[in-house]
Amino acid sequence: MVKNIAIIGDSESVKGFGAVGIDVILCNEPSDSAVVLKAVAERDTYAIIYMTEELFEASKKERDKYSEKPVPAIIPLPGARGNTGIGSRRLSAFVEQAVGSDILFR
Amino acid sequence: MAIMNVNPTRMQMTKLKKQLQTAKRGHKMLKDKRDELMRQFIELVQENKKLRDEVEKKLSECNAHFISASSVMSHQALDSSLMSSKQQTGVEIDSKNIMSVDVPVFSSVAESPNEGDIFPYGFAFTSFELDGAVMSLQELLPELIRLAETEKSCELMAAEIERTRRRVNSLEHVMIPRYEETIKYISMKLEENDRSSRTRLMKVKDMLLDKAHNYSGKYTNPAGE
Repeated sequence: MVKNIAIIGDSESVKGFGAVGIDVILCNEPSDSAVVLKAVAERDTYAIIYMTEELFEASKKERDKYSEKPVPAIIPLPGARGNTGIGSRRLSAFVEQAVGSDILFR
Repeated sequence: MAIMNVNPTRMQMTKLKKQLQTAKRGHKMLKDKRDELMRQFIELVQENKKLRDEVEKKLSECNAHFISASSVMSHQALDSSLMSSKQQTGVEIDSKNIMSVDVPVFSSVAESPNEGDIFPYGFAFTSFELDGAVMSLQELLPELIRLAETEKSCELMAAEIERTRRRVNSLEHVMIPRYEETIKYISMKLEENDRSSRTRLMKVKDMLLDKAHNYSGKYTNPAGE
């Protein structure tokens, strides 16, 4: 099964991705991110959905619906406004969930 | 630990012993599953961490490229040159089973007319910074896909490990002690019943013997001797 890749983010952060064959979905307001993500994920044509970190943070509730399914994988990436460390914190959260305490990256 | 609400009968005890055996076997297997999942998870999460650091570093470089590109080109020109893409990057989804957790495996399928031709624009009106930016992003693509794969796998495995851990703990600290205690309670109750019926029988026997031979002299002789 072949599916596509999408990236959701503000125009500043994601414009380059269109050139390498990733579908770009613009979303400039973090408050809209849940609605946009829902629309994109429901189309079921994407295997991977990247999101800029601020949008990723703002759409937690919507994201949790897909956390148990193998696809789509919803992955945070740092946007043009810099890295907020959400990605590493997410990893720490996984370790904490699995092991009981964060034993790897402290 | 509270014991279960059961009748202290031999049949019930046999049933509970069987259940205890099953629980112990299940506990052992779940523990093995948890340990193996944990081992694989730790490996994966370390790889994920390395990959993420690398991707984030390279992505910020890409962004810097794009910013320098946008400084020498007009916004409209930049947007229009990136707008129409020549290729569509897809991923082939496969799945791998790690200890009963289905994790996805992504392999990229680029649908581009030819390998070297990744630029969606002509070179005449664009700056070379933009070429560099697109190229660096193109190089980053396999790592991005790999990152998505490992991160999703970590997410799924973390959830499964948590579930397994809970099951192991509930078996180890609640179910198994409860079974053991209930079995102990029933066997003690049965022994107690056994002893009490034995003493009762002895007592009855004494009474009957006494009645037959009149050891205590309590009974008058029916024949009047």
